[in-house]
Amino acid sequence: MSDFAASLLADLRRKARSAEADVARVFVPCDAAAVAVGADEVAEAIATEAMTRGIALDIIRTGSRGALFLEPMVEVETARGRVAYGPVGVADVAGLFDAGFLTGGDDPLRLGPPEKIPFIARQKRITFARCGIVDPRSSTDYTLTGGWQGFDRALAMGPAETIETITRSGLRGRGGAGFPAGIKWKTVADTAAPQKYIVCNADEGDSGTFADRMLMEGDPFALIEGMLIAGYAVGATRGYLYIRSEYPHAIATMTAALQSARNVGRLGRSVGGAGFSFDIELRVGAGAYVCGEETALLESIEGRRGQVRAKPPLPAHKGLFGAPTVINNVLTLAAVPWILKNGDGPYAALGTSRSRGTMPVQLGGNINRGGVFEAPFGMTLGELVLEIGGGTASGRRIRAVQVGGPLGAYFPPALFDTPFDYEAFAARDGLIGHGGIVVFDDTVDMAHQARFAFAFCAHESCGKCTPCRIGSVRGVETIDRLLAGDRPADRLALIQDLCETMKFGSLCALGGFTPYPVLSAIKHFPEDFLAETQKVRMR
Amino acid sequence: MIGAWRGGIVDSKDRGVTLLSEGTRADATSFDEAALGRILARHPARQAALLPILHDVVATFRYVPAEAVPLIATHINCTRAEVHGVVTFYEDFRERPPGRHVLRLCRAEACQAMGGDALALQAERLAGCPLGETRADGKLSLEAVFCLGLCAVAPSAMLDGKLYGRLDPATLKLMIGEVLT
Repeated sequence: MSDFAASLLADLRRKARSAEADVARVFVPCDAAAVAVGADEVAEAIATEAMTRGIALDIIRTGSRGALFLEPMVEVETARGRVAYGPVGVADVAGLFDAGFLTGGDDPLRLGPPEKIPFIARQKRITFARCGIVDPRSSTDYTLTGGWQGFDRALAMGPAETIETITRSGLRGRGGAGFPAGIKWKTVADTAAPQKYIVCNADEGDSGTFADRMLMEGDPFALIEGMLIAGYAVGATRGYLYIRSEYPHAIATMTAALQSARNVGRLGRSVGGAGFSFDIELRVGAGAYVCGEETALLESIEGRRGQVRAKPPLPAHKGLFGAPTVINNVLTLAAVPWILKNGDGPYAALGTSRSRGTMPVQLGGNINRGGVFEAPFGMTLGELVLEIGGGTASGRRIRAVQVGGPLGAYFPPALFDTPFDYEAFAARDGLIGHGGIVVFDDTVDMAHQARFAFAFCAHESCGKCTPCRIGSVRGVETIDRLLAGDRPADRLALIQDLCETMKFGSLCALGGFTPYPVLSAIKHFPEDFLAETQKVRMR
Repeated sequence: MIGAWRGGIVDSKDRGVTLLSEGTRADATSFDEAALGRILARHPARQAALLPILHDVVATFRYVPAEAVPLIATHINCTRAEVHGVVTFYEDFRERPPGRHVLRLCRAEACQAMGGDALALQAERLAGCPLGETRADGKLSLEAVFCLGLCAVAPSAMLDGKLYGRLDPATLKLMIGEVLT
């Protein structure tokens, strides 16, 4: 798919180029992570250098291919396909021109064809097929790379068969809970109501996760098409896309893409000429982590404090403004067009046991090769961290990896044989969450990390449930007393008891899952939970 | 507002200045009822519009002036207490104007794993104020942010809307030095 997309685009652009004289095409990512390491400055330097040398040049800003350790990664279009260079700094630009990079010339920064870079070649890119290849704001690029075909297929097969297709594909919610998407959609479809909603949860607050952001910045139309298909399938006419305010680049790209989709008649009245109307309103979060919890997110859209609702009623029955509502994560919805276009069979054929399809795994923290790595479920944690990620960035020994965000468990290297799927992680008292993996080297203090888990929960608690609101504060205090040498054994027992209470007494995952990082740190790294004085003696 | 696009590559330094001048165009300490009226007129008179309204208020005044709260409440037909509750719940809706420059340091796990704790200490020392506070001279506010989604290029920060990845002590020193001069 991605090769096809690239060759199609290359072909089209070659034609366009021959029509308008010889203009070289250079691709520079505008993904926030690339921008944070200087992609804007590199793009500007390339434009300036080309002007100085009298070279006609078209700079196209794309999303990122996901190999973030190579950013800023610049690609040029040559007669033999694209050639990548990276990581490129402003100081490297003149040298690249000297080396003839516009025609794929040799240079120490030359990486060759991007699809042959090992980090990219080993992936199975379905959700991220277009990311890094197309201009994310161009609806033409989207259409030319197979866009909207999933929606057209849905229209042809009707709502019921669309939902069946999603159910058969085995697609589960990528936000963390892993609930089967088809069943959620069917529940909403079967609930009679004059108004229904599709809500996309793009409040990607977990540290170590950034796939939603990259998808929105690199292929926003895939998300729009996914929401459109969901709306058609369940009979909703209105969608809300809730993006956290910490993602200004994603907000800008999605705003442009939504307007573009309206302009080309893919949003608005009678989409696809089928008498089905659907539009999407973008909402911006306001710095509250708990709004990533689906019911708190609904409260936030309704103009209230992001406080969690008790379930039942499920949002599928009574959600936004009391109406039946599908709430899905960005990655869930962005996978939908591919499944509709290619059929449920090819998607379900990927993965392992009950985790079907691909997962865009995010490698971050102290890692040599960080980025988004999309692969079928089932690779082991060790393969992801060591083979793909290349170990730590610091070159030191890995001591722990946290999987699934701030509410995910810390795993030691002894558990690196755990396959990356929902059930395998649950069986080892962990969770894959939204697919983020954060690596720590041997300088990490796990008692400090456990304390941070409590402190983060205290900071972000919506305040509704006592175990979360008060328990998290008491957790911090108790760890402090333990480390100060105040009856450490008793304190440890107390923390474990407190975690039980939080786990079973909280309404949502914030209070309920904070015990995961705490208990896993205690279980796998007990030596860090001694009083500071004892730790000193041991060293 | 942010980012460069085909044909329009924005100089990052200009962008910082633009953001700042946008923010300081309205005198941050004085409340302008007419400006608020223009914001309210853009939004439907219902509670669901509250977050978009408050975002616009912060974009205009750089904070939520106390005088704005009852007027917003009237517009969306709910109580002052409800609006106050929402303002105080969300980090973005500051009740006091921030410093002329705002440096947000990521303090979440991925950045912690890459030396984020040391950078935070350094920032506090250089800025002369702790995270979560503004310098007495109003030049700079330091804020902790929990994840900018730059976990693979950690540690990260945002200065007046501009993103920084693979942040090191030398760059941080330059950044803070520049805004304090």
